[in-house]
Amino acid sequence: MTERQPFGRPAAEEAPPPPLSPDAVVDLASARRESGVDDVLATLGEELVGLVPVKTRIAEIAALLLVDRARERFGVTAPRPTLHMSFTGNPGTGKTTVALRMAELLHRLGYLRSGHLVSVTRDDLVGQYVGHTAPKTKDVIKRAMGGVLFIDEAYYLYKAENERDYGGEAIEILLQVMENHRDDLVVILAGYADRMDTFFAANPGMQSRIAHHITFPDYSAAELELIGVLMARALGYRFSPEAHQVLRRYLNRRVGQPWFANARSVRNAVERARLRQARRLLEGPDPRVGLAALTTIEAPDLLASRVFEDTAESESIAG
Amino acid sequence: MRLTQGTFSYLPDLTDEEITAQIRYALDNNWPLSVEFTDDPHPRNTYWEMWGLPMFDLRDAAGVLMEVNACRTANPNAYVRLNAYDARLGRQTTALSFLVQRPAAEPGFRLDRAEGADRRIAYTTHAYATERPAGDRYTRG
Repeated sequence: MTERQPFGRPAAEEAPPPPLSPDAVVDLASARRESGVDDVLATLGEELVGLVPVKTRIAEIAALLLVDRARERFGVTAPRPTLHMSFTGNPGTGKTTVALRMAELLHRLGYLRSGHLVSVTRDDLVGQYVGHTAPKTKDVIKRAMGGVLFIDEAYYLYKAENERDYGGEAIEILLQVMENHRDDLVVILAGYADRMDTFFAANPGMQSRIAHHITFPDYSAAELELIGVLMARALGYRFSPEAHQVLRRYLNRRVGQPWFANARSVRNAVERARLRQARRLLEGPDPRVGLAALTTIEAPDLLASRVFEDTAESESIAG
Repeated sequence: MRLTQGTFSYLPDLTDEEITAQIRYALDNNWPLSVEFTDDPHPRNTYWEMWGLPMFDLRDAAGVLMEVNACRTANPNAYVRLNAYDARLGRQTTALSFLVQRPAAEPGFRLDRAEGADRRIAYTTHAYATERPAGDRYTRG
């Protein structure tokens, strides 16, 4: 039998390139241009309205990447930063949307190998009988390797009232993976603020393993208006000037009403305006329509909303 | 005797980094991987034990390597191989298959000649390891 290296062990340490001398200077600006970080941040700024804390944190992570690369050239290395995140905020503040973008973003920043996102809820992680949970959770984790594991409504994993619930097992495995496979995947938990706080209080290990706790603030009325316009544009619609005014009034009113869900309420408003616009065109006096008519949402489409119901305003404007 | 089966078998044993690189190559080609192990590595034994189902839903090499390591831990004295399956119409076959673990000591094979009528000779390859019952092979020495 010949002498040989067994499987799984490197034959010899590969020599790293010689580090720069301590008095050398690295140009961060050119490194920044080469990495394409600015493109990533610019598209993010354009496509997401508001969300300042989120954008700040992403800019920080991107900056750390560049600085780490520069440090590496001097021979100073540090392990990859922990990137596990938790997104908390009220309904409709964009937690899921940002998580979807985060995978692609971290991939482009060079922190993730493949940049795909595996979105799961309690059902996908927790089994139905003893011994079912661990393989199920591990399967999900293996699928998410190289990308982002996004756990929506993460507080459902832990049920305080039932101590025989299998959710605890899933959390245990997650914790282990978040620690040991930090280079392989990023775990993002999302949920409503108050319930996430209870969840973290019950699982302090989870709380401490997540480096980035990002709170999604509620949108201001002006931001909601911009979101409404962007959503309509994505659907191939635009607001007429009067409709734009009405949209602003609509949002000012809607914010104060019960069950307001930020961007989700805006989306619903736009969807309903679409329906009313379609009906208005079909039942209108002139059956011939042009492109402008088909793509414009007029003031009455919004004024018919229930939000305006309790005042005489709708009649006074429509009439 | 060093067993030579599958791709890369005449090279030194692959390191985990090299295995990861091969897995990545297979995944980049859309070849799902599967892990198999055996203690009967006769060249005609095509049916190795499956370690779980083929991993059709994995996108990253780290997940596959996790399964390889799980199989290595459970079967430290067996041969373990990775198969990559190319499902494209017209190919539909194993595209890549290589060993990722071998037992510490490999006793090897011997050639048996059986003389028949009319000076005919039948040849058989006999693995010394199979002289012991399954599960007990490669455990000593």
